[in-house]
Amino acid sequence: MGSVRPLAGYEEVPHTADWALRVWAPDLPSLFQQAAAGMYALAGVVLAADAHLERDLTLTASDAETLLVAFLSELLYVAEQERLAFDHLTLTIVAGPQEYVLQAHLRGAAIRSLAKMIKAVTFHNLKIRSLEQGLETEIIFDV
Amino acid sequence: MRLQDLVKISDYEWEIPRTYRHDMRGAVRIFATRQLLEQVSEDLSLEQAVNAATLPGLVGAVVVMPDMHQGYGFPIGGVAATAYPHGVISPGAIGYDINCGVRLLASEVDYEAAVPYLDTLATLLNRYCPSGVGSEGVVRVNMAELDQILRRGARWALERGFASEADLQRTEEFGMVADADPAQVSERARQRGREQIGSLGAGNHFIEVDVIEQIFDVPAAETMGLRQGCLAVQIHCGSRGLGHQICSDYVQEFQNAVRRYGIELPDRELVCAPLDSPEGRAYLGAMRAAANFAFANRQLLAYSARRAFEETFAPHFRHGWQLIQVYDIAHNMGKIETHKVEGRPVRVCVHRKGATRAFGPGAPGLPPEYQPLGQPVLVPGSMGTASWVLVGTERSMERSWGSTCHGAGRVMSRAKAKKEVRGERLRQELEQSGIRVRAGSMPGLAEEAPQAYKDVDMVVETVTHAGIARKVARLRPVAVIKG
Repeated sequence: MGSVRPLAGYEEVPHTADWALRVWAPDLPSLFQQAAAGMYALAGVVLAADAHLERDLTLTASDAETLLVAFLSELLYVAEQERLAFDHLTLTIVAGPQEYVLQAHLRGAAIRSLAKMIKAVTFHNLKIRSLEQGLETEIIFDV
Repeated sequence: MRLQDLVKISDYEWEIPRTYRHDMRGAVRIFATRQLLEQVSEDLSLEQAVNAATLPGLVGAVVVMPDMHQGYGFPIGGVAATAYPHGVISPGAIGYDINCGVRLLASEVDYEAAVPYLDTLATLLNRYCPSGVGSEGVVRVNMAELDQILRRGARWALERGFASEADLQRTEEFGMVADADPAQVSERARQRGREQIGSLGAGNHFIEVDVIEQIFDVPAAETMGLRQGCLAVQIHCGSRGLGHQICSDYVQEFQNAVRRYGIELPDRELVCAPLDSPEGRAYLGAMRAAANFAFANRQLLAYSARRAFEETFAPHFRHGWQLIQVYDIAHNMGKIETHKVEGRPVRVCVHRKGATRAFGPGAPGLPPEYQPLGQPVLVPGSMGTASWVLVGTERSMERSWGSTCHGAGRVMSRAKAKKEVRGERLRQELEQSGIRVRAGSMPGLAEEAPQAYKDVDMVVETVTHAGIARKVARLRPVAVIKG
């Protein structure tokens, strides 16, 4: 009997030159959370045990995929420039007629070690698909 | 894609006709042997080339090199020309690492005599050329000076004493792309660039010491300063976080631009804007600024490599340890060039992503000594394997937008390489075969294992048989520095 896939998660999928991540979750905020966790895992982020910090973030975009790229790109930038990463993400996403709005409350810490820097989050074949049990997408990272 | 869908032109050239898919605006021309084609038939390289053939304003065929592999949006090893100024420019068809490229420096240090000192050399190169995740550079610059780098590229390095006029003469675009516009570079990109100028970074970037193993074209090699049995140095890197941020910024921004201009594409990573639109002009100015940053970056690393060579060899050798620049080339770039299309000169924007400019003899933009030879082409291998020096040809001007291959090209995913290769064991194997290794990350080393790449000799045989480049010399690695 095959193992049952958890309701939310991520897994690395093969890509010749770069890194690809399959992410699934019951709803959009959880999908974004899983994508962030998967990206940090690919980069080998290890957080410092002490000195936890909090940060609020608001992003807008014309669609859910663009919002996802903007969100992950923001986390990459903070990781490189401020050496900070977040392991507790509280996200709200509101889909309006013209734009998607993300409000995030992030808790994390300084990065103790980082195995690999991801250059960028790409739009390559990026599509958030609706499944019976929620949402799924594949994200290609340039490394 | 099935190989039956391809039309064989010769043993080294194939075509996907424009009729393959209704939205193609031109054919796809592939330089490859059947064996190389079979290697890529399971990934998305050829589908991505077909997608690239849908770019508005495409002129002629999209060209794909034998080192092709699946990328994101546009295949690595791809070349596409769009009409200037009414066609489009696509940041994703140039890549995140704008002006990623290779610099080759040659010495007169005899390999056999240098062997006792190569460990010291590898250690000093590793010390003086900052590498690894988020590494910071060898110089500190403020924002005003960064602006000068973005405008003046390697010429800034000359004015600061990090370069010679001879270095600039032997750099593509003479080390400075005109019409760069720092005002179109975001604050975030500038911040990342300011901290990283003069650093190698990580990933597939490296500094490699090679011995010139075989010369195929003696006069060309003499002109370039390549001597059989002597040491040379390759530097492979690009525009670091500055280029990555510029590409990310404009791929995001162009998601809206394509709606404004009514452009429909099969992949959102291919988003583009007309070259003569405000958005297109802004990206072109920013991309050129990133290109200048990369020229300056490789120049600073060359300065550091020269310091390592001098400290290693000057105490033991009376002369010959000075590193003379052979050439510096870009392999991720968009350029406005004039090419002949159906016998008439046409201005086009040539997007090269993982492809090297390979202009033939007499082409503009070459220093006088290289005019009779054609543009030098630097094709790095994959740590344990050979690298090549080639020159461009007349045929590359006719068949491939004056372009040829850029490396070996990956064939194995990073995930698989990490599973199959242990970094420490690979390091030991390379050391046993006479290649000194200095690597910041063993998993990172494993991802870049030679077995993850195609056979670079087969790639070079393909482009030379196809006539889009000519062999000059083959190099063998003796020391590798990786982030």
